Amino acid sequence: MTRLIVGPFNRVEGDLELTLDIAEGRVAEARVATTLYRGFEQILVGRPAADALTIAPRICGICSLSQSMAAAAALRGISGVQPPPNGELAANIAHAAENIADHLTHFYLFFMPDFARAAYAGESWFAPVAARFTALSGAAAQEVLPARARLLHVMGLIAGKWPHSLAIQPGGVTRALDLGEKMRLIAILSDFRAFLEKSLFAAPLEQVAAIETSEQLANFAQGQGDFAAFLRLAASLRLETLGGVALPLISFGAYHSAQGALFPAGLYDARAAEARPLPIGAIGEDVAFSYMRDSAADPARSVTQPDADRENAYSWAKAPRLSGEPAETGAVARQAVAGDPLIRALITQAAGGTNVFVRVVARVIEIAKLTLAAEGWAREIRLKESFSEHGPTPLHGESIGMVEAARGALGHWLSVEKGVIQRYQIVAPTTWNFSPRDARGVPGPLEQALIGVETGAAGAKAPAIQHVVRSFDPCMVCTAH
Amino acid sequence: MAVLEHGAAGWFAELKSFGINLLWHPSVSEETGDEVLDILARVESGETPLDILCIEGSILRGPNGTGKFNRMSGTSRTLLDISRSLAARADYCVAVGSCAAFGGIPAGDPDPTDACGLHYDGAEPGGALGRDYRSGRGLPVINVSGCAPHPGWMMETFQALALGDLAADDLDALGRPKFFAAHLAHHGCSRNEFYEFKASARVLSERGCMMEHLGCKATQAIGDCNQRAWNGGGSCTHAGFACISCTAPNFENTRNFHVTPKVAGIPVGLPLDMPKAWFMTLAALSKSATPERVRKNAEADRIVENPRRGK
Repeated sequence: MTRLIVGPFNRVEGDLELTLDIAEGRVAEARVATTLYRGFEQILVGRPAADALTIAPRICGICSLSQSMAAAAALRGISGVQPPPNGELAANIAHAAENIADHLTHFYLFFMPDFARAAYAGESWFAPVAARFTALSGAAAQEVLPARARLLHVMGLIAGKWPHSLAIQPGGVTRALDLGEKMRLIAILSDFRAFLEKSLFAAPLEQVAAIETSEQLANFAQGQGDFAAFLRLAASLRLETLGGVALPLISFGAYHSAQGALFPAGLYDARAAEARPLPIGAIGEDVAFSYMRDSAADPARSVTQPDADRENAYSWAKAPRLSGEPAETGAVARQAVAGDPLIRALITQAAGGTNVFVRVVARVIEIAKLTLAAEGWAREIRLKESFSEHGPTPLHGESIGMVEAARGALGHWLSVEKGVIQRYQIVAPTTWNFSPRDARGVPGPLEQALIGVETGAAGAKAPAIQHVVRSFDPCMVCTAH
Repeated sequence: MAVLEHGAAGWFAELKSFGINLLWHPSVSEETGDEVLDILARVESGETPLDILCIEGSILRGPNGTGKFNRMSGTSRTLLDISRSLAARADYCVAVGSCAAFGGIPAGDPDPTDACGLHYDGAEPGGALGRDYRSGRGLPVINVSGCAPHPGWMMETFQALALGDLAADDLDALGRPKFFAAHLAHHGCSRNEFYEFKASARVLSERGCMMEHLGCKATQAIGDCNQRAWNGGGSCTHAGFACISCTAPNFENTRNFHVTPKVAGIPVGLPLDMPKAWFMTLAALSKSATPERVRKNAEADRIVENPRRGK
């Protein structure tokens, strides 16, 4: 048995370290650590409730608007204010822009460059992939960055700037768009669609969103475009056999409107192939292996107290558990819960588990679905109507703000007395996925997904390790906050 | 990550056109793990010259001065230690964002991690590198503050350094490049007419000036925020929420960001360098001269009264 320490782990957001025990060329045990703690939950306590909208989004430079949405939802739960339809639509469009931008950044800048590394130089597909996806210099990045920047012009119109906006309020958004701005919004989305239909998919978005079976997906792989290129190399490397884990898949639901949520909240039991309501009250956080003092498991009751000297601790992240078990979250969970036929089929084919392949496919398919949805929302905006309601200042109460960030389920557990925050607990998507072990010694989702991965002679440099970790698109700054 | 929004041809292309070679960036570089440690070791030994060191994020000194709240993954060293070591090798040292400049949100009360900036602890010189620190070319840390800073503030700073165009007298008293720090966020605000007439918004989403009731600090905050487009054409005040002066040290310690503190009904924070008595006199005068159109539009979320010639 040899022990490898892997870090700094590049092309993920934030500080990530792996400790791998290797036996006979394979991972026997894995421990995942976040090595940064800043204390946001401590900083929020004692502040006026509405100041959560300023502080909480600053946890993260790429999930900032999702954090705003969660904080606004938590405050809304106490004040009772209801945003008018325009407020929901505008917030949904901005939220979609962030989540699409994150998916795009992950695919092009974080995940694909691993296939352009020298380790794959002998593969038949290598030369075009390296030309397209090599970090910093590949051709794709030169197209993606301007397209991503153009998409984020949505933020200029709705949120003022990104990251870190105060435009998302419990009662809606702070700016009423005028006719010219609505047209600009639609034009931005149409520019972005043009990029997707040329570079990522080389096909109409409607065609991508309509893929329902693995046979249709295999047909799509024969086409042009970067997604098809990924599908071909995924088949060649059998990425569906890598990083497998079979855990409950959870989504907190997102993109609410009068028609309900575009992607609803729920739990997908992959073995039974069925979606169920999510038992929110069964969520708890365990700190047996975290640099934290013991506290209540229920986020509505717990208090964050760091303890850098805690025995056996190895991560600043807590370990969220659902009914005492780890759970996986992210685009794959969101789409499985929402009933996407392709994602459910791919999970079923993998014996009820997720893997590197389906995690990436879910994310890329979601880019198409969300862009289509955002186009619809932009057209639905009724300019003569209000974009926000003004409710009372939250004085007393408890609430949970739940949204889906790009990386999955994000919850803010808030308690307010006399207008002041008494408790504020944040459970972020990667807190679930990259959680350390719990008191029963059960490893978190990534820790389970890494077991059995072949490292061979490459050790920590093994591409398989890189693919498994990045397939979750971790955001480590959110993880421990 | 905000800098990825910069440049019509993309940030990578713009770096290249200015001859800037990214030695390593945690989010976008190919190298990972040991390869990164090798790059850092070569810089620390002096083998690889380091023209510009950019650091993002507060420097965490806790617990008890150990810096262990932020360990460099893959090593037993802290970011506190590594930042000091690399800064000693850098020709120029740039703090990107208010966290790295002054401490930022993590330094907010109760400051759980003993956070500070590279060269400042709040508004006090010192920070992680000490008040006497100067980079290889004799400059203090260049503070591209803001939460988040405009991508242009970062990139134009790097470009000016690459061209040898940024000297000590291009920085303000807190080390911030004057090309953005010599302006106030108020300059170019789309609500200027409402400000002139003291026609105020009462709640967020109304079009009026946010200084009187909604905590707006744009008349005191440095930044050319309203003179350059954020994400293609936005800004905080343009989008309907107050400037919180995120470019300033200690901005994080404000309470009630969207409420203007007042004494006897008069805002405490008046424009930066305007004599209070004059401000009060002019405000009273302009309030009494406010056109009906401006008064009505200030308290609406859209234009309800169009401009037209007076009688």
